[in-house]
Amino acid sequence: MSNENVLLSIKDLHASVEEKNILKGLNLDIKPGEVHAIMGPNGAGKSTTGYVLSGRDGYEVDSGSATLDGQDLFDMDVEERARAGLFLAFQYPVEIPGVSNLEFLKVSVDSQREARGEEALTSAEFLKLAKEACKQVNLPVSFLKRGVNEGFSGGEKKRNEIMQMILLKPKLCILDETDSGLDIDAMQVVANGVNSQRDSERSFIVVTHYQRLLDYIKPDFVHVLADGKIVKSGDASLAKELEAQGYAWLQTEPTEDEIED
Amino acid sequence: MTEQIDKALAREYEAGFVSAVESETFEPGLDEDVIRRISEVKGEPEWMLEWRLKAFRVWQEMEEPEWAHLSYPKIDLQSVSYYSAPKSMKDKPKSLDEVDPELLRTYEKLGIPLIEQQMLAGVAVDAVFDSVSVVTTFREKLEEAGVIFCPISEAVHKYPDLIKKYIGSVVPTKDNYFAALNCAVFTDGSFVYIPKGTRCPMELSTYFRINEQNTGQFERTLIIADEGSHVSYLEGCTAPQRDENQLHAAVVELVAMDNAEIKYSTVQNWYPGDEDGKGGIYNFVTKRGICHTNAKISWTQVETGSAVTWKYPSCVLKGDNSVGEFYSVALTRGRQQADTGTKMIHIGKNTKSTIISKGISAGKSNNSYRGLVRMNPGAEGARNFTQCDSLLIGDQCGAHTFPYVESRNPSAIVEHEATTSKVSDDQMFLCRQRGVDPEKAVSMIVNGFCKEVFKELPMEFAVEAGKLLEISLEGSVG
Repeated sequence: MSNENVLLSIKDLHASVEEKNILKGLNLDIKPGEVHAIMGPNGAGKSTTGYVLSGRDGYEVDSGSATLDGQDLFDMDVEERARAGLFLAFQYPVEIPGVSNLEFLKVSVDSQREARGEEALTSAEFLKLAKEACKQVNLPVSFLKRGVNEGFSGGEKKRNEIMQMILLKPKLCILDETDSGLDIDAMQVVANGVNSQRDSERSFIVVTHYQRLLDYIKPDFVHVLADGKIVKSGDASLAKELEAQGYAWLQTEPTEDEIED
Repeated sequence: MTEQIDKALAREYEAGFVSAVESETFEPGLDEDVIRRISEVKGEPEWMLEWRLKAFRVWQEMEEPEWAHLSYPKIDLQSVSYYSAPKSMKDKPKSLDEVDPELLRTYEKLGIPLIEQQMLAGVAVDAVFDSVSVVTTFREKLEEAGVIFCPISEAVHKYPDLIKKYIGSVVPTKDNYFAALNCAVFTDGSFVYIPKGTRCPMELSTYFRINEQNTGQFERTLIIADEGSHVSYLEGCTAPQRDENQLHAAVVELVAMDNAEIKYSTVQNWYPGDEDGKGGIYNFVTKRGICHTNAKISWTQVETGSAVTWKYPSCVLKGDNSVGEFYSVALTRGRQQADTGTKMIHIGKNTKSTIISKGISAGKSNNSYRGLVRMNPGAEGARNFTQCDSLLIGDQCGAHTFPYVESRNPSAIVEHEATTSKVSDDQMFLCRQRGVDPEKAVSMIVNGFCKEVFKELPMEFAVEAGKLLEISLEGSVG
């Protein structure tokens, strides 16, 4: 396969958490503009994939490689990967008391612009963009003044993640079980936010346990992750199949005691 | 993470330079003779000398307090010099043009230009260098409003009635060991009087600088807000980087008459000592204010410096309906130790007090909050709310909370909340995943933690305080 047109390329990736092997030979290529869904049972390594790619402490790469736009991800610090265009929407967004959402967003955007040699936006310019982003994810503008995720409901936290994505304009977005804990209405808002950001350049990895999110965010590919590697790939219809039959037929060994929830 | 914190904390102390100013400095040592010389050098009236000597005799009977959560070698008070003044100050300069340019440069380097045109509009400064006040700006403008803002040594001559009446009225000579010492040997400081019904037209501020080696700074500040008046006052401090410990033992007294309001803010950035705890200022300060009927005193402090801090700005809520507030951010790193907090003494009816304390510990430092809330029998309907939050950075530091509550009135309400948190890995990861570098992330998280206090600072200084924290935390987490 030619690498020229690949945004993310993961080759034979082995990774562990607390000396326990989680990823055991993961391969995945994603081209610009593609949406890939990763499904699979608990403990298969879905969230681990996002954390390993983004460089979270405690997630050790044992072997294999991952490149974003040809750059070796594992050679970069967390913030450098982010500035290179990798975005992770968290399953459980953390609160930062006292730091306003607006300040947090501005500092994030400024840091990324600075790394790209672009001028910082003025406060007025940024406020305008931030207000638009609020509207897109259906959050009142007053949320910009509140502390980051402070006292937000589960759905508001997820929408806040999507708002960050809209403002940061990443090349690759990893959505880690963004649908968990959302009712249908909230999920639709989140999905609309994601869909509004789809274009021929931006790619997505949608990590989900359930098929229903994929009714709203239509994937180009669906992969089933089990026991640390992709055991089956297909198009959107694979998700339907999984919904009907469950994961049991794909599993090679029980994974109940594995790292994920 | 710890390793990166340690690395970060080896940062430079930006105010650590020494000024080449020729000084007249007393030989180290303390006895009655030294006190007589201080009084003589200042040309003080006899009553002032008597007051000092009385305090000295009281002090001689006292013991250095040991109850604080602090550990430092006994201070040899005989090895300290009790007076040091730039030689150029001998013939009292009449105007700024006559002030030694090196002194002006020193303050400019510290970001406090004393040339009025260059100053922050609306802030008058009294600059105290070692034992003397070198310049007080905007005095004429303040005089037009009837406000007195001058060195306390000058006030002793010009306003003896006010000084006699109020000095030692809030912090009595025998209050504590360091206060008694200060009464005996104090050299300079600021005096403020706001007349009845006057709103002070500018922020007042005193900037303390210790320069000379082996010299203690013993300043004294007295602020009197007459009935219905209002004043906002800010104090800042720095010292050169020296291997020896230096002593700073100040006394601040505030008097808020009926319906008056005093807002007192401190940004304390004394030299904290090096990585291994060598050098740094020992800061033993007694600050207290008395509130008469409907009066309000608000203390806001941002403490980032000193090797040892021992300080409890307090309010005596004597008058009915009076209000006391204490907002504090104390940051310790390296081997710094801070034991700081407040006392709220409720005497009058329906008195109210609020205490918000934010302690941040990094490195191998120790940070303690110590507070007393006392409801006297007459404090009918009094209320206190206390919130103490501690933030830990790294795993080798300590945070401690020592709240004391004495309630002798059943109708009084005392509320206390305390939390301890860490800059969490999750928070750091979130910030970094959004492209923010780790240093900026820590300073943003810490600033957020301090927000409730920073919003109490005068606007010009809130920004400065935020920056100061940022510098103090430079590179503190990876």
